[in-house]
Amino acid sequence: MCLAVPAKITRLEPSGLGTVDYIGTEVKANFSLVPQAKPGDWVIIHAGFAISVMDAQEARETLRLFRELAESS
Amino acid sequence: MKELRDPKAIARLLADIRDRARRLPDRPRLMEVCGTHTMSLFRHGLTPRLAEAGVEMVSGPGCPVCITPDGLHEAAIDLAAGIEDLTLATFGDMTRVPTRKGSLQTAVPAAGSRIRIVYSPEEALAEAEREPGRQVVFYGVGFETTIPAIAYVVKRAARARLRNFSVLPALWLVPPALKAVLDSDEVAVTGFIYPGHVSAVIGVEPYAFVARDYGVPGAVAGFEPGDILLAVRSVLDQSLEGRPRVALEYGRAIRPEGNPTARAVMEEVCAPFDAEWRGLGRIPRSGLRFRAKFARLDAAKKFGLSIKVKGKPLAGCRCGDVLRGVIRPQGCPLFGTKCSPDSPLGPCMVSYEGACLVHYKYGRRERKGP
Amino acid sequence: MKRVSLDVGGGGRLMREFIAGRILPAFGNPILSELADSGLLPGGLAFTTDSYVVDPLFFPGGDIGTLAVNGTVNDLVVSGAEPRYLSFALILEEGLEWEVLDRVLRSVRKAAKAAGVRIVTGDTKVVRQGQGDKIFINTAGIGRSLARPRSGRIRPGDEIILTGALGDHTLAVMMARGEFGLSTKVRSDCAPLLFLLPLWKRGALWMRDVTRGGLATVLFELAENLPHPVLVDEDRIPLSRAVRGASDLLGIDPLYMACEGKAVIVAPKGRAGEFLRAIRRHPLGRKAEIIGRVQEKVGRPGELLLQTAAGGLRLLEPLTSELLPRIC
Repeated sequence: MCLAVPAKITRLEPSGLGTVDYIGTEVKANFSLVPQAKPGDWVIIHAGFAISVMDAQEARETLRLFRELAESS
Repeated sequence: MKELRDPKAIARLLADIRDRARRLPDRPRLMEVCGTHTMSLFRHGLTPRLAEAGVEMVSGPGCPVCITPDGLHEAAIDLAAGIEDLTLATFGDMTRVPTRKGSLQTAVPAAGSRIRIVYSPEEALAEAEREPGRQVVFYGVGFETTIPAIAYVVKRAARARLRNFSVLPALWLVPPALKAVLDSDEVAVTGFIYPGHVSAVIGVEPYAFVARDYGVPGAVAGFEPGDILLAVRSVLDQSLEGRPRVALEYGRAIRPEGNPTARAVMEEVCAPFDAEWRGLGRIPRSGLRFRAKFARLDAAKKFGLSIKVKGKPLAGCRCGDVLRGVIRPQGCPLFGTKCSPDSPLGPCMVSYEGACLVHYKYGRRERKGP
Repeated sequence: MKRVSLDVGGGGRLMREFIAGRILPAFGNPILSELADSGLLPGGLAFTTDSYVVDPLFFPGGDIGTLAVNGTVNDLVVSGAEPRYLSFALILEEGLEWEVLDRVLRSVRKAAKAAGVRIVTGDTKVVRQGQGDKIFINTAGIGRSLARPRSGRIRPGDEIILTGALGDHTLAVMMARGEFGLSTKVRSDCAPLLFLLPLWKRGALWMRDVTRGGLATVLFELAENLPHPVLVDEDRIPLSRAVRGASDLLGIDPLYMACEGKAVIVAPKGRAGEFLRAIRRHPLGRKAEIIGRVQEKVGRPGELLLQTAAGGLRLLEPLTSELLPRIC
């Protein structure tokens, strides 16, 4: 139900339309549901719409956690 | 984020999970609600490893294609087959669901009509704007992850006073379905893995009743293998502590309060009603339909469709039981024999997230039986 | 079902059932019943045919013309034969612009020259507007057998090589259709696999080109007829960034995406390293990898297993139906 990916905003027009980059693929996206989003932010994209802005700090912590898990294994 | 797939990190989480499961009096039985979680578990070969670690996973009703009743699919087919110069646009999964009238993929469209697969409802709206002479109907199926996008498109179409665009809605809400599963008492679920992207919209509060009123722990999970195992570990911790709650294990993508803008669009355009689910029956305030202001964009009203939502499933199909977690796909006598991905008898075998298709593609090495 | 569905042409299980249930009973014989990519004729000839109905006609990296030559050439190469001659049959839709046809013919000429084949016979039909779709092409190919594939000799320890990244052709066609609001730099990998021919003399046991149905379907066809399970390592499978991205976005599994210039090769035990070096010397084989092996430790006979990147193990099934984009 939740096929969505994290992608980086590459273009964000005042109209609320723009594009995101997902590992080199550019996708048209609608940002009207995340008015606080800014170019360069990472968002969750689902069915052509950004539905959430990602938290960079939390992302870094998650990566750190997993690196630790791997090392402690 | 390949760290979330690192085999060493995965092995460590499984070891943690095994340790906790061992210390629990009963074998944990966790329900992952979301079809994309089911898919991820199987794709990465996690389900047998979780079973080995002492945790059983049960798939819940989280596949919007699966729980939408035949009557709605048949209405979509009637539109495409019965009206000329009409485009029926929908998400890919919907075109293969079998009904007594065949599927959208095998239906013969009327003269000048076509069935079109889209990735976003905006593509359907764009076609309506480009071709004022055509009727465009978007057959919109989804949970709260998708509903805001559909609602947004309806709002835009209303504002533009488009006469040739409408939506055939099949919009479902997750929390009421969870309550129905808990109330049905058929499945002893000791914990929930909550859908990560539905939660992006609704936040964590709508699940609070599960912990508070039923004492069942749960965690909101992302979709990488590491995300899911982190959530499983958290649920087991809650069981050990005797402190059921709703843990948020997908903080990088989800705010606890969800997305208020998305919810506002949903609430502006839609209102809840008592919807009929395949397999679970009627659940109070579990579906959404368009408010009176947007009624003109409801394809069912526009085209005068009479939609039968209560119907008998095709010949022996037990998708309903699979959706409720009562049986595993292998417990259905038709699984893998009369019902397979090439000749599906029910939507659980059609949708990419349908439990039966996922089990068929990835899980056939595991134990047979209900 | 009373009528032919699209899936019958999809390269998956329905197509195989169609062949087994309707074609073989109608005119099966020992040569046809092998159901190999080419018929291996007595006297050292190999003979194959394919039809091309790609939409759109032109896409980044190729067109219906390059496919029509390379597809048939590759069916001969993976059957152990050196391609020599092609037939070339056109079914044209009334109203097609000459300029479009000329472009396709130029591509065909260029591809035939690059593949070292000559077009020695052909046919042209024109159907009324609306009764075709611009251009359909059929090519048949004849080649000289250098060696016969010997899947009966495959043993545990034999290794499986994939000559490069998966899925570029499928993605290039999807992009050319303008679907889904995606854009990415990808070119079809359509190319002749002639550089693999010397491997036959070196002792290659089996080859298949990875077309409709993708890698999973091709390996399933290998595994189901072997007395030993096949194990593939997900981590070793090369994918371009573009395919990785688009497949995540759309929910399509790259293991089922078609290529038009990639092959899998079974190398005898101990020789895979040598084969890999030979393949990588060629520009079209630079990303080749040893992706798996025939073995006895894990799984049961006839099974195709995938060791996942996360360290799990699962079955790989063949494609059963047309690929569709997922949604939610």
